[in-house]
Amino acid sequence: MKRNVLPGLPLSLGVTLFYVGLIVVLPLAALVFKAASLGPQDYWAIISSPRAVASYRVTALSALAATVFNLFFGLALAWVLTRYRFPGWRFVDALVDLPFALPTAVAGIALTALFANNGWFGSLLAPLGIKVAYTPIGIMIAMCFTSLPFIVRTVQPVLEDLDPALEEAAQSLGGSDWAIFRKVILPLLTPALLAGLSLSFARSLGEFGAIIFIAGNKPMETEITALLVFIRLEEYDYQAAAAIASVLLITAFAMLALTNLLQARALRYTIRN
Amino acid sequence: MQQAKSKKPPRVGDSPAVRRTLITVVLLFGALLVLAPLIVIGAQAFSEGVKVFAAAIAHPDTLHAILLTVVTALIAVPLNTAFGVAAAWSITKFDFPGRRFLLVVIEIPFSISPIVAGVAYLFVYGLQGLFGPLLGAYDIKILFALPGIILASMFVTAPFVARELIPLMQAQGRDLEEAATSLGASGWRTFFSVTLPNIRWAMLYGIILCNARVMGEFGAVSVVSGNIRGQTNTLPLHIELLYHDYQTTGAFAAASILTLIALVTIVAKVALERRGAGRRSRRPALVAPVSKIAEKTS
Repeated sequence: MKRNVLPGLPLSLGVTLFYVGLIVVLPLAALVFKAASLGPQDYWAIISSPRAVASYRVTALSALAATVFNLFFGLALAWVLTRYRFPGWRFVDALVDLPFALPTAVAGIALTALFANNGWFGSLLAPLGIKVAYTPIGIMIAMCFTSLPFIVRTVQPVLEDLDPALEEAAQSLGGSDWAIFRKVILPLLTPALLAGLSLSFARSLGEFGAIIFIAGNKPMETEITALLVFIRLEEYDYQAAAAIASVLLITAFAMLALTNLLQARALRYTIRN
Repeated sequence: MQQAKSKKPPRVGDSPAVRRTLITVVLLFGALLVLAPLIVIGAQAFSEGVKVFAAAIAHPDTLHAILLTVVTALIAVPLNTAFGVAAAWSITKFDFPGRRFLLVVIEIPFSISPIVAGVAYLFVYGLQGLFGPLLGAYDIKILFALPGIILASMFVTAPFVARELIPLMQAQGRDLEEAATSLGASGWRTFFSVTLPNIRWAMLYGIILCNARVMGEFGAVSVVSGNIRGQTNTLPLHIELLYHDYQTTGAFAAASILTLIALVTIVAKVALERRGAGRRSRRPALVAPVSKIAEKTS
């Protein structure tokens, strides 16, 4: 084996391990430790309480709806940004990152101002009988906003690198645009789309700041899991907070594993092609 | 433009009808979902005129929140940058067992709800936590004080600089550094004169994104700060407080500062992308470097 001549391994690795240990691993371990100290029966009683289960349902369903919306909108946005040039496309392309750059609390109060009954959109929707703010639809819209860039930014590079020869071959064989998109382009985009979907869904499950302003936060109806953790803390019920937070943590790890798998596959797929 | 276009064969979806429909739909939804919130912040902040806006910004509690946010960023971002550089140097310049695992651990904060992060810190430094009794005995305050806010911010932004640098330094290899050290340059000199010039834009890119997140972090900080007005309220927390106090104009005035920072961040990001930082082709970098390294080592 070649001897490594570069210096600095002990220092850089030492700093890295110290930082990761102190900042990332220690707190998460403390949380797991706290949740584990509950004992299986108490733990199960807390995480399966009706209010907790209702919060999982509203969080997961809203996240699912937001992710499906972003699947279509994000794909269309990525397509338009890579395939078409129109006045202001650069501006639109830059604005896609706004949900990442804008603090979630700011997004939350802005969306609430828009969709409240006296807001710009809310006042238009109210006569139609559609209520957005303080309902699960509001939660979904906040999630749509905060997770929008994920699908656009994972699909965009694949779309940019797509070989035009593939389309030309399909065109010369007489395929219609829609058939070529469905049978040639979409399969190539699928790995990136899946990776974007899982990132977007995971982000929506954990989102807090943007949602609590618009959600109404009614227990059993519009209370997301992250907020329930916060409420338990404010009630000084630390064990319940730890238990419910651990559910979010386990879900996050599961989503991380899934994303890892999908992205590794996406990468292998693009390298092979 | 028209001429150049007509020379190329039409690609899928280039028919005018499809093109027009897709652009219209996308711009409409984009305007409703992304542009409208941006405009409403400005409209609400100035809804009672410039004077009320200025008074809201100049309120001592708001000024204190701005100060606290800036101080937090001034401490958390440099520490995070030092960590990112150290992590990238160790992971890309050396082979050691467990590199893949280390990469995954560094990325963890991205997947975790900020609320969970805040709660986790409570169980380390809070009264109920691991070090709670010890800290209490020596009267050291970490939670509900500046150190807690900084630590929580460092958690949520831990991957920002590292994940920009790692794929880049991985791609650049080790040859230049090895040449420099074999010619007798010290480790630090090699880093500052050889490595740093090659990674500076990517580093700045990571720093800018990290800074935006630190200044805007809400969930994790709201758990550990204790929301003490005029003491431990960062700008995002102050916005919440004003909003729930029905001081809508004040809340949106404070929000407009953070919005301005977000817009500056986006402009800087676009400028740095022109210099090759954060290139789109590396965008799925969240996990991509792991598998790349896995392929190289296997």
